[in-house]
Amino acid sequence: MNTESMYNHLRKRGISRRDFFKFCGVMGSMLGLKASGAEQIADAFMTKPRIPVIWQHFQECTCCSESFIRCSHPIVEQILLEMVSLDYDDTLQAAGGFQAEAVAEKTRKDYKGNYILMCEGAIPLGNKGYCTIAGEAAEDRLKRFAEDSKFIIAWGNCASSGCIQHAKPNPTDAQPIHKVISGKEIINVQGCPPIADVMAGVITYVLTFDKLPELDGQRRPKVFYGRRIHDTCYRRPCYDAGLFAQSFDDENAKKGYCLYYLGCKGPNTFNSCAVIKWNLGVSYPIQSGHGCIGCAEPNFWDYMPLYSHIPSTYGFGVESNADKIGAALTGIALGGVATHAVITNVRKRRLIKGSMDDDFSLNEKDTEETIQELEEKRDRLINKKKDEDSGDSEKDK
Amino acid sequence: MIQKDKNLREIYVWQLPVRVFHWVNAFVITILCITGFIIGDPPAIQHATAPSHNYWFGIVRFVHFFAAMVFIVNYLVRIYWLFAGNSFSVLRNYYPLTKKQWRGIKETLKVDVLLITKNPIYDIGHNPLAATTYGGLFIIMILQIITGAMMFSVQSNAFWAPAMQDLLIRFNGFFPIRSLHHWLMWAFVLFAIVHIYLVFYHDYIEKNGIASSMIGGWKFIAQPIAEDYEKEQALRKDVEHLEKEKHNKK
Ligand code: HEM
Ligand code: HEM
Ligand code: SF4
Ligand code: SF4
Repeated sequence: MNTESMYNHLRKRGISRRDFFKFCGVMGSMLGLKASGAEQIADAFMTKPRIPVIWQHFQECTCCSESFIRCSHPIVEQILLEMVSLDYDDTLQAAGGFQAEAVAEKTRKDYKGNYILMCEGAIPLGNKGYCTIAGEAAEDRLKRFAEDSKFIIAWGNCASSGCIQHAKPNPTDAQPIHKVISGKEIINVQGCPPIADVMAGVITYVLTFDKLPELDGQRRPKVFYGRRIHDTCYRRPCYDAGLFAQSFDDENAKKGYCLYYLGCKGPNTFNSCAVIKWNLGVSYPIQSGHGCIGCAEPNFWDYMPLYSHIPSTYGFGVESNADKIGAALTGIALGGVATHAVITNVRKRRLIKGSMDDDFSLNEKDTEETIQELEEKRDRLINKKKDEDSGDSEKDK
Repeated sequence: MIQKDKNLREIYVWQLPVRVFHWVNAFVITILCITGFIIGDPPAIQHATAPSHNYWFGIVRFVHFFAAMVFIVNYLVRIYWLFAGNSFSVLRNYYPLTKKQWRGIKETLKVDVLLITKNPIYDIGHNPLAATTYGGLFIIMILQIITGAMMFSVQSNAFWAPAMQDLLIRFNGFFPIRSLHHWLMWAFVLFAIVHIYLVFYHDYIEKNGIASSMIGGWKFIAQPIAEDYEKEQALRKDVEHLEKEKHNKK
C-alpha cells in the first residue's frame, strides 16, 4: 500500500506549491467552507496518503467525464486529473486491455475498503448482455468493485436515477446505483451531466474530510443542490412580472423575458447552474436562451415535452396533457348533466307536477329496521338495569 | 317551491360551522382553481416593457397562496366539526361502512342517477351516495394541501417548511408532485359541476329546499319521515342515557 501524501504525489508530478495553494483556495470557497476551509484542505492533502480512485463506466454517454475534464480552473482540472486518473478509468487512462484490468484488480485487492468507487451510467437489470465491460456484466462488475469500496460516487443522472435509459418504458430495466447496491455510502451528483466544478468540489470534499458531505433526500450534496434554478435565475423578475417569451424568435425572447411559457423546468429543478454556470463560468442554458430541461431531477425524461410546462400524458395520445383531458372531461360532465336534466323532466314528470301520491316505501324498510334495533337495545339495557337493581336490593337485605 | 298540499315540516340540519365552511370552501376553491390554472398555463398579458413596472404573475401566485391558507384553516375547523357536529355532519356519514349506507347508495343510484325508480327516496342529511363523494373530496383536499405545501416549502421560512421540502425531495421532487397537484385541480372542477347540478336537481324534484338549506340550515321534510326521525332521535337519547348510567355505576 502506498503511504505517500497527496501533496508529495502532486509535487512529483510537477504541480508547484503555489498552484497547490491556489487550488486549496478555489475549492474552499467553492464548497462554501469557513475561512479555515482552504487550510483544512491543504492540511489534509499534505498529511493524508493518496486515496485511490476507480472510475467505472456502465450504460452512459460519457458526458460526465466530458464535463469533468472542463473544470473552470485549469489548476483544479490538472490536480484532480492527477488524483483520479491513476488507478482505473477506461476512458482517461493510458493503459488498455488486460493491462488496465490488472491495474484495477490490483487496486481493488491492495486497497480493500479504502478506495473510492466512481460510477458513470445505469445498470441494466433486464438482461446481463445489455451492457458488458471487459466481458463482465455491468451488474456483476459494479457489485464486485462496490463490495470493497469506501464510498461510492454516482456521477450524473444515469447513475443517480437512470436518466434516459430509465425513461418509460425502460426497455433494459436500467436502474441507478443506489437501487442495485445497498449497505454502502452513496452520493448522487445529479445532472446530465453534473457541472464540472460541482464534481471537483465533491471529490475534494471527500478526499479532505474522508466522509460524504451533507446529503438531501435524493442523496444529492446540499451545498450544490439546495436551491432551484428558478430561485437563482436572473430572469426571475420577468417571471414575477408575467413577462414570458411566447416563442424562441419573438421580440420578447430577444428582450430576455422568462422562458416559463416555453417549458423552462427551472421551477422544478434543484441545481446550481444559475450560480456556478458552465464552461469556465461563461453561461448556463437560460442565459443562452434555452429553458432548463430539469436534468438534475429523477425521471425528468418522463415529463416531456421540453417546450411545455404541462407534461404530456402517455397512453392518451402523444399530444394530450392534464388540461386537455380535464377540459374534455368537463365537457362530458356538462353534457351528462344536461342530458340528465332532460331525462329527469320526462321520467319524474308526475313527481314534479305533484300528482304522485306520497310514497315512502324506499325509506320505510330502513327506518323500521333502525328503530327496531334501537328499541331492542334500549329494552336490553333497561332489563339489565332492573336485574342489577333487584340484585343490589337483595344484597342490602 | 313548496307544495301547499304536502305535509312538510322544517328540520334544522346544517349548523352554522358547516354552512360557513361550505361557502368559504366553495369560494376559495373557485379562486384556487382559477389562479392555479393561470399559474400552470399563463396567458400572454404583456403590457409592460420592463419587469420593474409589473408584478401581475406574482400577484396571481400570491392570491393562490393566500387562498390556500384560508382553505387550510377553514378545513381545520371542519375537521374539528367532524367530531363535534350534529349527527348529519360527523365523520361516520362520509365513509360507507354500514350495510344501511351501502343500501342507500344502491337505491340512490337507481332513483337519482340512473332514474330507473320513479318514486323518490328521502334523506334528511346527505344521502349516502352524496356523503361518500364528500368523503372522497375531503381526501382530495388533504392531498391538495400536502402537495401544495410541499411546493410552497421552497419559498417559505415557516417552521414546517424544511420538513415539507425534505418530503418533496423524497417523493422525487417537483415533477411528480406538481403534476399531481395540477391533475387534482380537475377533480374539483368535475366535482363542482356534478354537485351543483345535483343540488338543484333535488331541490327541483323533491321540493325540500335543499339548495337554500346550505344558507339557512333548515330543510323541509315530509311529516312521516320527520316523525320517524324524531322517534329515532328520542330512542338514541334514551340508549345513550342508559349507557352512561351503566358506565357511571361501574
Ligand atoms: C382546491 C385547491 C387547489 C387547487 C385547485 C390548486 C391548483 C393549482 C394549480 C392548477 C397549480 C399549477 C400547477 C402547475 O404549475 O402546473 C397550482 C400551483 C401551486 N399551488 Fe395550488 N391548488 C390548490 C390548493 C393549494 C394549497 C392548499 C396550497 C398550499 C400552500 C397550494 C400551493 C401551490 C403552490 C406552491 C403551487 C406552485 C406555484 C408555483 O409554481 O409558483 N395550492 N395549484
Ligand atoms: C351554487 C353553488 C352551491 C350550492 C347551492 C351548494 C349547496 C350545497 C348543499 C345544499 C349541500 C348539502 C347537500 C347534500 O346533503 O347532498 C352541499 C354540500 C357540500 N358542498 Fe356545496 N354547493 C355549491 C357549491 C359548492 C362548491 C363549488 C363546492 C366545492 C367545490 C362545494 C362543496 C360541498 C361540500 C364539500 C359539501 C359537503 C359539506 C359538508 O358535509 O360539510 N359546494 N352544498
Ligand atoms: S427562465 Fe426558467 S428558471 Fe428562469 S425565472 Fe423563468 S421559469 Fe424560472
Ligand atoms: S439548467 Fe437545468 S437542464 Fe440545464 S444543466 Fe442546469 S439543471 Fe440541467
